[in-house]
Amino acid sequence: MSQSDWQPTAALSALRARAELLATVREFFKQRGVLEVETPLLASAPVTDPAIEAFSLAHAERYLQTSPEYAMKRLLAAGSGPIYQLCKAFRQGESGRRHNPEFSMLEWYRPGFSLDDLMAEVGELLCAVLGERPVQRYDFAALFEREFALDLFAVEATELGALAEQRHGIPAASLDRDEAINLLFSHDIEPKLGRGEYSLVCNFPPSQAALAKRGRDAQGREVAVRFEAFVEGIELANGYDELLDASELKSRFESDLKLRQERGQVCPPMDEKLLAAMAHGLPACAGVAMGFDRLLMLQLGAENLAEVLAFPTARA
Amino acid sequence: MATYSTNEFRSGLKVMLEGDPCSILDNEFVKPGKGQAFNRVKLRNLKTGRVWERTFKSGESLEGADVMDTEMEYLYNDGEFYHFMEPDTFDQHQADAATVGDAAQWLKEQDMATVTLYNGAPLAVAPANFVELEIVETDPGLKGDTAQGGTKPAKLSTGAVVKVPLFLSEGEVVRVDTRTGEYQNRVKS
Repeated sequence: MSQSDWQPTAALSALRARAELLATVREFFKQRGVLEVETPLLASAPVTDPAIEAFSLAHAERYLQTSPEYAMKRLLAAGSGPIYQLCKAFRQGESGRRHNPEFSMLEWYRPGFSLDDLMAEVGELLCAVLGERPVQRYDFAALFEREFALDLFAVEATELGALAEQRHGIPAASLDRDEAINLLFSHDIEPKLGRGEYSLVCNFPPSQAALAKRGRDAQGREVAVRFEAFVEGIELANGYDELLDASELKSRFESDLKLRQERGQVCPPMDEKLLAAMAHGLPACAGVAMGFDRLLMLQLGAENLAEVLAFPTARA
Repeated sequence: MATYSTNEFRSGLKVMLEGDPCSILDNEFVKPGKGQAFNRVKLRNLKTGRVWERTFKSGESLEGADVMDTEMEYLYNDGEFYHFMEPDTFDQHQADAATVGDAAQWLKEQDMATVTLYNGAPLAVAPANFVELEIVETDPGLKGDTAQGGTKPAKLSTGAVVKVPLFLSEGEVVRVDTRTGEYQNRVKS
């Protein structure tokens, strides 16, 4: 331990700004009649997404939640109406300038909202917190075409892999189609987004639907009805037109778990309570999760999450 | 040698990449909203000094490099090789001029230096941050001229040339910061 390890990495002014931002966000939702809720941080079933690893408390048969999504959807199914939550979320192995394994998340759900409605509300929140800027919407595939002159709906996985290898040196053979897309998008496109505007990217490849509905874009091509928000090249929020079909959800859980098994990852239990709630009926809704620490970082013009966290994991 | 996963990459960790020992300078975790995470890593190739940028899939690993920074006493130069000695074991190592590089102009016999060993052989040499060396050649000192401002070049016993204040003269010992090559102060002998 070094001499200064007991000290916070954030300036006291940043901690004051955090308290201020919490109040601003709560006021934003209060004005709009969205109810603040709390759900368990110790969850009985974590996400199945193979790209997200929960911390497991083996002896307690509990997992530190990676997002409050499942529990909040159970509240929606129980008739809560519009809800939001400010809470901690935990993800194993995610550590860096813009990641901390323990972070604050702002997540909210809007029954009756379309994805467009929710994107508009995200734009309003960003303008309220970070200042006025134009809110620009993009199609995922259109950005890909602009950057690489490739039609994402037609291009072969091998061609994407070759491009990823050529640009970033990761062997094409070790990348599947989605990995190649993610590598190219995160390295070549994301850094350019959200410059002088708030960029909202929607209509993701259908293979990246997670818990969003699949639908059709304006040209009738199959897409995942979700969006991500980018500010100063930083991914800030991830929103879905929420999947409502319990049996479809179950089959997505199963294919996630199958992939986990193939890769030798932990295979956690499926969230049966969420499946039961969805079978009972989740109202049509759109929901979004926003990184609260990143929002604060952007508000303060900080380069590193450590500047806005009292004690990042290295000093926890 | 151990292998290290991308989540263990820290600044200063020594790993092998494309057959060369490298020191990690920076490791940035990049994760798309959904899907596979990546690490964008900056490394210095310790053989060439060049900085490389590489992207890895998170969870991939690299073999550790058998590279160790060791404090050693500089003994002498035999015209071809520079000789160093580990003070605890008296083990001696020789390094050629290419390995010693710019450090040569600061090496005084019996001073300590940091020798980077790769598979047991010197790969690079760094002098101490501060060294005290005698002025062997400079214009005559202007006695009493301790006012600030003027400097003049002075050649030191190891061959380095630094700017020193006007009042110093040959035979005096000065303290120099080897990282910047700047004069710090006069050392009373």
